[in-house]
Amino acid sequence: MTEPGSNRTPETGAFFQRDRQWHPPAFTPGYKSSVLRSPQKALVAFDNTLSELTGPVFGHALVGELDNDLIHNFARPGESAIGERIIVHGRVLDERGKGVPGVLLEFWQANAGGRYRHKKDGYLAPLDPNFGGCGRAVTSEDGGYAFRTVRPGPYPWPNGPNDWRPAHIHFSVFGHGFAQRLITQMYFEGDPLIWRCPIVGGISNKAAIEALIAALDMQSAIPMDALAYKFDIVLRGRRSTLFENGPERN
Amino acid sequence: MAQSLDRLKESPSQTAGPYVHIGLTPNFCGIGGVYQSDLGSTMVNDQTKGERIELRIRVLDGTGTPLKDALVEIWQADADGLYNSPSELRGAADPDFLGWGRQPTDMETGVCLFRTIKPGRVPFRDGRPMAPHISLWIVARGINIGLNTRLYFADEDKANAEDPILARIEHRVRVPTLIAERQGDTYVFDIHLQGEKETVFFDS
Repeated sequence: MTEPGSNRTPETGAFFQRDRQWHPPAFTPGYKSSVLRSPQKALVAFDNTLSELTGPVFGHALVGELDNDLIHNFARPGESAIGERIIVHGRVLDERGKGVPGVLLEFWQANAGGRYRHKKDGYLAPLDPNFGGCGRAVTSEDGGYAFRTVRPGPYPWPNGPNDWRPAHIHFSVFGHGFAQRLITQMYFEGDPLIWRCPIVGGISNKAAIEALIAALDMQSAIPMDALAYKFDIVLRGRRSTLFENGPERN
Repeated sequence: MAQSLDRLKESPSQTAGPYVHIGLTPNFCGIGGVYQSDLGSTMVNDQTKGERIELRIRVLDGTGTPLKDALVEIWQADADGLYNSPSELRGAADPDFLGWGRQPTDMETGVCLFRTIKPGRVPFRDGRPMAPHISLWIVARGINIGLNTRLYFADEDKANAEDPILARIEHRVRVPTLIAERQGDTYVFDIHLQGEKETVFFDS
């Protein structure tokens, strides 16, 4: 299978190991749901096989015209979602700093009042009839992506007696190998709730938390229309072929 | 001081949360009209080569309660053991089989169903064949970083016995946690996140 719209040579090197001190660990008791949902035994490690090196690739053909416009993709004709209009953009890079082209990004979020369109969300803030809350994009040749949305509101959740999630957008990212699969959350520069959140606080390294905070990007704002935030995502890098010559020429 | 290696750090993972369906299976949670269908919901068509099977998967927490808000993705080779991926250099995979699927666990029963085909054998790094297997990735509320495991098949005893990854598992008593039981054309697989029957999860 060739990569859609590209004549790049596919890479087959193993992925750099994950730094699991940098990621949140499985067991973070301040985030109560993790207590019964975290494995207690050690992970079994092995170098990537073909099963981890390969992964599904989705072409640009998957993405519909409004898929990256959350202001309009659920709205009635002529109407749009209510809230602070923003553009979120950035690049998907790997740990070597290379742009990762042709990968699928999916995002989801609450509306401007912090309410999700989901039957399990019983928060009293109302739904916006013109806002669904999902979108997707496939990265360009240099790894770039962009979407239009409204800034989500913070919302309370049943963890501690008075816990509130900071405003955030969930991101799901594919790379070129199944071992690169990642789900994370984007936060907004300057939000004081970030540093009080037990889900964020599962990450112990301050620099790692800052890597999830999108910067206000006035250069990309559209005057009289929308503000902009820039959010880069980094996936695992691959080893290059130095002195390995296994059957798969890794 | 030495030179900087000049590498970036991977973006830290965060939980998918309880409303993961909004983004990844919007039609399943009642958000219609944005995407035609949920990505990964159908894996096979009439032309797909191979033996049709069904996977019946549950994800259980430390008390044995099934998760009703988890999401499972699977990745597997085609019937000939080829992956439908640009990094697959051994030949062209079945064009009627992407090899990837995604299903939420049912909001009432916690059961997650995949209709797929039984994968062929894929070589390990040194060329030895691995036993037929399906790679799984599990996310949910309370799971801070996606969990990786593999599903092997109970009716592949001989292949399983020589599988290089299963051989890595020091505590042999844990190997059966990766073997799905066969019931007709269905393979049943319970993933225990925690406790005595805890499933083996991988770091690879």
